[in-house]
Amino acid sequence: MHIPDGFLDTKTIVATSAFSAAGVLRALRNVTRRITPRYIPLMGLAAAFIFVAQMLNFPVAGGTSGHVIGGVLVSILLGPSAGIVVMTVVLVVQCFLFADGGVLSLGANVFNMGIVAVVCGYYFYRIFTSVSIGMMGRLAVVAAASWISTVIASICCTGELAWSGTIGWSNAFPAMTGIHMIIGIGEAIITTLILAAIYRTRPALLSGPESAREGRAWNVVSEVLPFGILITLGLALFVTPFVTVWPDGLERVAAEFGFSAKSKTAASSHSPLAGYQIPGIGSVPVAMAIAAVIGATLVFLTVFLLGRALVSRSKDVSS
Amino acid sequence: MHHDFIDRYSRLESPIHRMPVGMKAAVTLAVVFTVVLAPPSWILFYVAAAIFLMIIAVLSRIPAGFLIRRIAFFELFVLVIALLALAQPGGGARFGAIILKSTLSLLTVLLLANTTPFNRIIGFLGRLHVPSAMITILALMYRYIFVLIDEAGRIQRARESRTFVRQRTRRWIMLASVLGRLFVRSTERAERIYDAMCARGWRQ
Repeated sequence: MHIPDGFLDTKTIVATSAFSAAGVLRALRNVTRRITPRYIPLMGLAAAFIFVAQMLNFPVAGGTSGHVIGGVLVSILLGPSAGIVVMTVVLVVQCFLFADGGVLSLGANVFNMGIVAVVCGYYFYRIFTSVSIGMMGRLAVVAAASWISTVIASICCTGELAWSGTIGWSNAFPAMTGIHMIIGIGEAIITTLILAAIYRTRPALLSGPESAREGRAWNVVSEVLPFGILITLGLALFVTPFVTVWPDGLERVAAEFGFSAKSKTAASSHSPLAGYQIPGIGSVPVAMAIAAVIGATLVFLTVFLLGRALVSRSKDVSS
Repeated sequence: MHHDFIDRYSRLESPIHRMPVGMKAAVTLAVVFTVVLAPPSWILFYVAAAIFLMIIAVLSRIPAGFLIRRIAFFELFVLVIALLALAQPGGGARFGAIILKSTLSLLTVLLLANTTPFNRIIGFLGRLHVPSAMITILALMYRYIFVLIDEAGRIQRARESRTFVRQRTRRWIMLASVLGRLFVRSTERAERIYDAMCARGWRQ
């Protein structure tokens, strides 16, 4: 998933670099201000650990082999802010030491693998562990979180490549997502096995005071909101312009059964974002991106409030 | 143990190796920028860039075989994505342009990485006002990669000498337990490093 140089155009390079710089600086500030300085060497060692873990290959069918990516692993163990910093450091070293991933596409790689993968995987894990039962339930959530984080990161990567005009969305999307759905299964299995191994030898690292200090609280202002908004914006910019080109299921059914003409006069066309286009903005893609940002923000807020309500309720039950 | 596969040639002796880091980084960035952003129709420019990089490669005394092997290795990934571009209308020209651009920038970064020790690059990033916490983490990471590779090797050897498995699923579980163990040891090592840093007056 490391994008080499030469695959992205100027606007994508600028946008992804700005997003990752904002995200990484925020994460770094969270780590240095809020968490003890004890975390600084721990993050350095965790980055070295991820680097070494990526070098050890697991045999897969037919002589091929794969390795752990580690974004979800490190964010579950150290929290999302530290996870972002660790994965960024790993990507920087891979870029400048091995030329793995381009210099100009470093921003895009950090955004996909360091921010989107880490934060999406982490919050999926947080929301669903609060309703899961026992260690087996929690490990199942870990597996699902790793798979989802791998797939979302690959979709984001495809969106950036398509936005640059390098590849066509309609044939790249199935190929890239299909491959990463398989890679994601491997990632899920390895991450779960490693966490289970850590739990067997040192359960405190997963459920003890170490994770309680950083992990139990939802740091809304410093983590959930900034990272959530950043990822929402990124997905809205890179991915939605392509997704909405296709008619969605309902529109398609409407077209086939001939009631789409009827619905034109229905109330829905007077809704504020009818057809995902904003009146007064001429360019269709721009209007679509803006509409997607507004819509995605609304969805994000809803999910966020819902998640908060769910989590606080389950906490009351347990305490 | 020696793990010089990571940056084997960055400590050679050559005019390129002796050049200041800032200059090398600036040249690298300039070359990558222009190669990536120049329109594909500037054939002469690409030829000039290629010749320039070859001269640097020869001057730096990095074995050509090593550079070619490295490029061939990464070219696999480039080809996979470039093939997706080929499926587009007008993909032929785009395919060529992508291969050309990414190969040239790959060579540029490889030359920087193999003529400059990584701690010099970290120092340069520090002078660019990258946050000091980031610099500390980067430096610690680079320092301990080598230690952790040894540690992983020791854990793996100890594990293999006690149990012999060929079955694939068992191998997965074994490797996962090695990595889990490695993480636990890394956190313990981080605690000791922190104490040692504090004892020497480190302050964030």
